[in-house]
Amino acid sequence: MKPPPFDYYAPASAAEALELLGRYGADARLLAGGQSLVPLLNFRLSAPAVIIDLNRATDLAYIKEETGRVRLGAMTRQRAIEFSPLVKSRLPLLAEATRWVGHLPTRTRGTVGGSLAHSDPAAEYPAVATALDAELVVRGPAGERVVPAAEFFLGLMTTALQPGEMLVEVRLPALASNSGWAFEEFSRRHGDFAIVGIAAMVTTERDRCRSARLAACGAGPVAVRLRGAEEILEQGGLGDLNINAAAARAAELVDPSADLHASVEYRRHLVHVLTRRALKRALERARGGGAAPLRS
Amino acid sequence: MAKWVGQPLKRVEDPRLLTGRGVFVADLPLKDPYAAAILRSPHAHARIRSIDASAALAARGVAGVITGADALAHTQPFAVGVQAPVKYYCLATDKARFVGEPVAVVIARDRYLAEDALELIQVEYEPLPAVVDPEDALKPGAPILHEAAGSNQACHREIVYGDVEGAFAAAAVVIRERFRFPKYSSTPIETYGVVAAYDAASGVLTITSNFMGPFILHALVARALGLAENRLRFVVPPEIGGSFGIKTSIFPYLAVMGLAAMRTGVTVRWIEDRREHLLASSSGVDRVAYRELAARDDGTILAMRTRWYDNVGGYVRSPEPGCTFRPVGNWVGPYRFANLAADAHVVLTNKSLTGPNRGYACGHLYFEIERMVDLLAQRLGMDPAEVRRRNFIQPGQFPYRTPSGGLYDSGDYPAAFERALEAAGYDKLLEEQKRARAAGRLYGVGLAVAVDPSVSNMGYITIALDPAVRARPEYLPKSGAIESATVKIDPLGKVTAILGTAPQGQGHQTIVAQIIADELGLAPGDITVVDEMDTFTRVWGISSGTYSSRFGSVGTSAAALAARKLKDKLVRLACALTEAPAESLVFADGRVMPRGGGSRGLTLKELAGRAHWNTQALPPGMEPALEATAVFGFPLADSPDAQDRVNSSNTYGFIAEVMAVEVDPETAEIKILRYVTVHDAGVIINPLIAEGQIAGGALHGLGGALWEELAYDSEGQFLSGSFIDYLVPSASQAPVIEVEHLATPSPFTTLGAKGLGEASSMTAPAAVANAVSDALAPLGIAITELPITPSRLWHLLDAARRRPR
Amino acid sequence: MAEPRKIRMTVNGQAREGWAEPRRLLADFLREDLGLTGTHIGCEHGICGACTVLLNGEAARSCLMLAVQADGAELMTIEGLARGGVLHPLQEAFWEHHGLQCGFCTPGMLMAAYDFLRVNPDPTEEEIREALSAVLCRCTGYQGIVRAVKAAADRMRSAP
Ligand code: FES
Ligand code: FES
Repeated sequence: MKPPPFDYYAPASAAEALELLGRYGADARLLAGGQSLVPLLNFRLSAPAVIIDLNRATDLAYIKEETGRVRLGAMTRQRAIEFSPLVKSRLPLLAEATRWVGHLPTRTRGTVGGSLAHSDPAAEYPAVATALDAELVVRGPAGERVVPAAEFFLGLMTTALQPGEMLVEVRLPALASNSGWAFEEFSRRHGDFAIVGIAAMVTTERDRCRSARLAACGAGPVAVRLRGAEEILEQGGLGDLNINAAAARAAELVDPSADLHASVEYRRHLVHVLTRRALKRALERARGGGAAPLRS
Repeated sequence: MAKWVGQPLKRVEDPRLLTGRGVFVADLPLKDPYAAAILRSPHAHARIRSIDASAALAARGVAGVITGADALAHTQPFAVGVQAPVKYYCLATDKARFVGEPVAVVIARDRYLAEDALELIQVEYEPLPAVVDPEDALKPGAPILHEAAGSNQACHREIVYGDVEGAFAAAAVVIRERFRFPKYSSTPIETYGVVAAYDAASGVLTITSNFMGPFILHALVARALGLAENRLRFVVPPEIGGSFGIKTSIFPYLAVMGLAAMRTGVTVRWIEDRREHLLASSSGVDRVAYRELAARDDGTILAMRTRWYDNVGGYVRSPEPGCTFRPVGNWVGPYRFANLAADAHVVLTNKSLTGPNRGYACGHLYFEIERMVDLLAQRLGMDPAEVRRRNFIQPGQFPYRTPSGGLYDSGDYPAAFERALEAAGYDKLLEEQKRARAAGRLYGVGLAVAVDPSVSNMGYITIALDPAVRARPEYLPKSGAIESATVKIDPLGKVTAILGTAPQGQGHQTIVAQIIADELGLAPGDITVVDEMDTFTRVWGISSGTYSSRFGSVGTSAAALAARKLKDKLVRLACALTEAPAESLVFADGRVMPRGGGSRGLTLKELAGRAHWNTQALPPGMEPALEATAVFGFPLADSPDAQDRVNSSNTYGFIAEVMAVEVDPETAEIKILRYVTVHDAGVIINPLIAEGQIAGGALHGLGGALWEELAYDSEGQFLSGSFIDYLVPSASQAPVIEVEHLATPSPFTTLGAKGLGEASSMTAPAAVANAVSDALAPLGIAITELPITPSRLWHLLDAARRRPR
Repeated sequence: MAEPRKIRMTVNGQAREGWAEPRRLLADFLREDLGLTGTHIGCEHGICGACTVLLNGEAARSCLMLAVQADGAELMTIEGLARGGVLHPLQEAFWEHHGLQCGFCTPGMLMAAYDFLRVNPDPTEEEIREALSAVLCRCTGYQGIVRAVKAAADRMRSAP
């Protein structure tokens, strides 16, 4: 299990990387944290002629707060996210999901941009981005464009990135007041990709649900937004019965496939169970019980 | 007398391993090594029409390519343990019979280049229909793997002990069930590794590898390669990174890398990668079992009948079909019933090959027996603990001869069982269950008991042959289980012990130092233990090796006997020097002195100095040199008799376990709340090491029961080719295991110790299956198949909830 | 650009260098080129953790990095954990509590535990198990390892 030969470049900036990408086009692959790509190379399931290593492009690693949102450079390490006080207070859903992303030693290298651009159907970050309507900033030969998460994740490991383009930043809305969040996941082992994961964010207004945001991973070819379930909450509120109705609806909205570890029906069932659990925990936090246990 | 034996001493092996100084096979410094990489079949079943290696041969850094044609021309097929004409070469010759079967080997300057060249080999395959299920493989019209054999049945034996028909006819209750036991492995974190170097001048092929025995396989490899045994040297490096039986099955690679070294003339180094390991190293068999139990209505078991379909994959690789016959002597487990019938089918299918895996065949056996006992209890409305109590072999019955020929050496099964119930607070757990059930929770308590066989008697394997074959005059009977040790004292009075074992983390150096320290009145620190096996320099026999939990009984016996032999010599020497009577001498604190004091006696250093420096002054008739070798052989390891009875192991421990679980009614996730295990492995030499073995074994058993499976689709494509899909349990799944011991010393070993290396790997699947079944009993669910994954379990729950009740 | 290039790094406090093709894995570079065979390889796809080393002070999989990527970095491997012949408290605790059998997972386990205890010096047993799930061990059932890490944490907190 050794990588096939390739040419290797380690540009010092995003601009240099883009230039290389322009030069090598489809022959090149971008190497971010390497926690998914290097295994593919080792298994020789990927054999690019050129590797463009972004790890020395220091201008791509940052966490910045702006009014109402947080911007993360694509090469921001998952580990930096995990230990960032800013993320903890402004993007607590991302912080909570990060604990489910691999293990500390893989988060040392793994990056937010790598995870999003890889778009593994069972990965946690695409679900968080989808739930929160993240904006993905994509740079290419024609300059920069901003792609909403809903249009970024297209299918099984496919994104809206065009040849010659790279993901440079992700923008996430900061936690609003009266909001609660939860990331629920079922996996066989800690640190594995999810069998099913649910990202949830609810904002309350007195007894009403002002907005609900729900997305699932592991339940389709790509992270899915569970809009139909959100509507049930936004219309009918956050009572137990309604939460259950929303969870049941969520299970209808997904299109999971079967594999060695879980059948279609079981995954669908888990979407129901985990959506309910996530919503309950999120609601508790929204109501000020901010210290709800991480796992129910 | 036992000052050190029984102490939880820290291991002498650890400092080097903790600082990165251990030397594993991949760490050996080599002179000008080449790397091997193996091309493997992508097909489950395919005829190999042609292989074109010319482009690979021309590639950068390539020294040679070996294919099936070389295997045909220069090697013999390995001997197989069945009568069916199954030809098993070290490389595929005519057909590939499972995904991952080695088809060609590239030898290149390094592994990167070797893998590059693999991509250049052109193989023309003609894909054939495949079969993976052992019952399907026996149906008419199934694809045949080995045409010469005419069917996929490698071996079939119907064996009856006692009056099974009569017992079933007289029974008040008969229980029948079908079970499926999955194919799983122990996947040591260190994969296989081989270094082969051929010296054409002397004609000696030296193979260094993490092979751990049995060394009978040395003879198989020599024969396959056409080498005299004294021209084939097997060396084992100082460390092996775990094996759990799996590294026994490295031997075909020893042959193929030996062949490569002989053909290319270079030193060949092959380090298996994880993908290869999962695809094609080894595993236990997957088994379909039909079992019947006959009992009286008071819970007394009268008889059992079983039909097995054991799936050995594409070939029969030695020591298979041990998967079926290794536990023959303990086929009745810890129970007294006298009537037993086994209808055993060993089946070839398009899956990877099997072999010993921790607990070799016993996980399968006790999963069936212990589930049946629980089903009996359920049928009779009895406490499963009570049913077991009624059927145990009693302490007064030892040594106990089982109907299938096993000779259980010692034990007190009721006492160990009660100890387990008490340690777990069985009654309290049952009360907790009542409360939990009332609250709608799925809470279960499971029991499992087992006889833990160790030190297999080589003869068991011949049960696979018809007794008529074994009766032929030209037939060479097989039997025995031996181990050797050499102990010597240097001129300054320090001791070196040399073993012929190949440990994989069991701490032989520590344990032997403890034993010899006691025997010679020294401290363990005075003793250096060398355990790097080398067939050219060690004393060994074909049953040698570190497998089948042998060390705890035969290894320790040999070490103690060698020390005693040497001690006898020291006594004679001391008698001659001090004129004290032999009976009065004691060994303590590095001295030999008369009992009760008086004289200071002599230090070992003084004694050894005299013996080494002044050999002319030795007592008349004494052989010079302070050195003794002892070979311990079990006296009761005969070959099978005409009725297929055989004492298949040499010591028999006992295990009793209690497990409490809770099943999440929504996700079907199983949580192990308590896991108590009581072991009788005779005298425990180092409790720290013993606990480590038990905890590790338990997690292997749980892994197979809950997470791990080498899975195939119905076309024979392999689905578990990485650690992403083959789920090795991690620290966050592992339960806390509470270990207790109850020792009934073995009368047959020098120190009274028995093996315990496989231990709970054979009971954990039964314990968890019983506990989960108990949790789900209110829903009418009984576990009969493993692994119990949440997805599968949820489907059972879902179906049960839909059933009209 | 696929040609071997010179790579320099600091390993266990010493400046080291060697030549490697870009595709060469850091794990192979450490083991084969620098002779630091204490770092083990168990899967080459990031799951087993046997190859875990400290990269600029943080645990990382050396089978998922190219040697070129570590050019200029500071590494610590198992060979650098004991200082001046004195075992690190983690090593002591693993020895004391039988936290290893074959020792093959041990280097990765120690590196991961070292990093973990720096970010969480006073962990609960559950946190220890979660952190250690980054490294697979097939021998111990993790029982001795969990105990050892707990003991080491206690000892390191009470030490000055
Ligand atoms: S060898 Fe790197 S994680 Fe397994
Ligand atoms: S001690 Fe052997 S793998 Fe952990």
